[in-house]
Amino acid sequence: MKLRSKDILGLDHLEPDEITLILDMARDMKKIVQSNMKRVNYLQGRSVVTLFYENSTRTRVSFELAAKYMGAHAVNVSVSTSSVAKGESLIDTGKTLDVMGTDIVIMRHSQPGAPHLLARNINASVINGGDGMHEHPTQALLDMFTMREAKGGFEGLKVAIIGDIMHSRVARSNMIGLGKMGAKVCIFAPTTLIPPGIEKMGCTICQSLEEAIDGADVVMGLRIQKERLKKALIPSTEEYARFFGVDVRHLAGAKKDVLVMHPGPVNRGVEMTSLLIDSDQSKITEQVTNGVAVRMALLYLLAGREEN
Amino acid sequence: MKLLIKNGTIITGDRTEANKDILIEDGKICRIGEGITDTADQVIDANGLAVIPGLVDAHCHLRDPGYEYKEDIRTGTMSAAKGGFTSVACMPNTNPVIDNESIVRTVIAKARREAVINVYPIGAITKGQQGAELAEMGSMKVAGIVAVSDDGKPVMQASVMKKALIYAAGFGLTVISHCEDLDLAEGGSMNEGETCTRLGLHGIPSAAEDVMVAREIILSEYTGMPVHIAHVSTKGAVELIRQAKKRGVPVTAETCPHYFTLTEKACEGYDTNTKMNPPLRTQEDVDAVIQGLSDGAIDIIATDHAPHHFDEKNVEFELAANGIVGFETALPLALTYLVKPGILTLNQVVSKMSAMPARILKIDKGDIRVGADADLAIVNLEEEYVINPDEFLSKSKNSPFKGFKVSGRVKYTICGGKIVYQDK
Repeated sequence: MKLRSKDILGLDHLEPDEITLILDMARDMKKIVQSNMKRVNYLQGRSVVTLFYENSTRTRVSFELAAKYMGAHAVNVSVSTSSVAKGESLIDTGKTLDVMGTDIVIMRHSQPGAPHLLARNINASVINGGDGMHEHPTQALLDMFTMREAKGGFEGLKVAIIGDIMHSRVARSNMIGLGKMGAKVCIFAPTTLIPPGIEKMGCTICQSLEEAIDGADVVMGLRIQKERLKKALIPSTEEYARFFGVDVRHLAGAKKDVLVMHPGPVNRGVEMTSLLIDSDQSKITEQVTNGVAVRMALLYLLAGREEN
Repeated sequence: MKLLIKNGTIITGDRTEANKDILIEDGKICRIGEGITDTADQVIDANGLAVIPGLVDAHCHLRDPGYEYKEDIRTGTMSAAKGGFTSVACMPNTNPVIDNESIVRTVIAKARREAVINVYPIGAITKGQQGAELAEMGSMKVAGIVAVSDDGKPVMQASVMKKALIYAAGFGLTVISHCEDLDLAEGGSMNEGETCTRLGLHGIPSAAEDVMVAREIILSEYTGMPVHIAHVSTKGAVELIRQAKKRGVPVTAETCPHYFTLTEKACEGYDTNTKMNPPLRTQEDVDAVIQGLSDGAIDIIATDHAPHHFDEKNVEFELAANGIVGFETALPLALTYLVKPGILTLNQVVSKMSAMPARILKIDKGDIRVGADADLAIVNLEEEYVINPDEFLSKSKNSPFKGFKVSGRVKYTICGGKIVYQDK
């Protein structure tokens, strides 16, 4: 089986059998990441470019290592040093990379839909490394990988996502992907950070932290950004922490083997307490390892699409 | 120069007369009857075709001066003529802004040289459309404007709008208000709601329109001066206008074809040709706009023809320019989406696209009668076709209606007794 599209734009575009294929492949890749010989030649002769219009450390490094572990040429394009700063259009930048022989472009962009625009206009595969508030498919896939690894599957899982749902591409991608795989997503957030119509994406809006976490298999926190204060969405991070911050004591109603997750970077003491972040239930560092494995799987599967 | 139109069905806002001949001489309709046998320089056989008053558009952007790479007076009016329009009122958000007598005269002079139909400039409400000081409305009226508007931008200060209504009325000018509370809109790029949330775009709540419509109605009621609400797109706005009319507030309103044909769902896939301001709304809003057209809460259909260059649309959704071209799709969309399902009669659509906008602009257009200017469109109401923007005469092709199957094709457009468009 192969991926149907040349691009990974979002969970919206992936069918359940494709998600399973990616997660199965990532299981094998994880062995390479954890071995002492992190070098295979699956992508030998291929070139991968990370094109990041927004700052990122973990996603960009994760992709770069994933490409390098498999023998690809990996190049980073950062906005400040490129012609983007000179006002070149996204399509022109993409076409330039295309004709240099790039096989896969990984792009992060503040504009929702930007990877879709790029993908329509270039021959190389495009992986969405996060587009505005829209989707962050590789993060959701690594989250799903982490859940499946610990829980064995998705059917009937309850995943509680707590935090800034409105601005979170991670929440959107997880909702779509988990919904497709048979899990149930419950959300809890300050009412100003619940975007209108979000329930139509298949989640349940909870009225309290207790309700969201009750019987949960996974509790996922989301980063809250200080800029939300200026937009009059929340009054202070202190008030946020008081009513929406998750602590070990909140896990009382959750499943015994509940997983605590966060896409990072975490504001300790705001979204989650340090006690929780560093607890045995926490999968937050494991998620990072899995991120490399999932990205290796995606690069491998995209590169292999053309071959027979 | 004599032109004779034979055996057409005359359809105006208030009457239908089958099998009529219309004799045109020196740009005027000089006789309407049956079996006219006068010799004419040209005879058009309109058998099986509808002869309607040349359409009047109260809201379009000709982009001239300043943005001729999007459209100019020549191509804009050719595009309008192809759509059956013979009179268009163009918005002042040009470069420079049409905010003084000299620019009005420049536009009118250029239109006299290059336009194929009648062009009526709309002047700005405030200098530079900055929303602060009133533009010289009186002098612009002398030069030929038919209304004032800061379209594209709202007049955010209520005190300025209040005084604009009063001052404009003193010169017999109607204020056309672009209703958008910028604070509530927060720089969004599509309707706030389910689709927007799914696409991760910044939303514009329908409340941003409703709040401003409510303000204009209150100011109009308070001052007793007329206001015309541009491009109504929300259920809330329709209801506010309906209630205001019941109270006798001198408010009129327009909507555009995209607000009774498309919903926010069209934005899925980030097609920038579905991006306009106000944005496409929900099915509930579309239903309310249709109801408003039907019960008279909404007086007229305008195009909001807003041409943009391909490069301005071939970008990220939130960075793309707002607006779509509309001249060449307005009539067929109204016929297909309003007349065909029986929501409006043919006469009502013709009225809302000719006589009524002419009344709002206070121009003597929109009727077929002896002595009137010979501004006519001859339409095959039955002809079905698929919309193809590549065939547009407009310089710009930014339309979300590509591939839509419609019925009703303009065969001839006659302006001042001259054939200005003929379908091949």
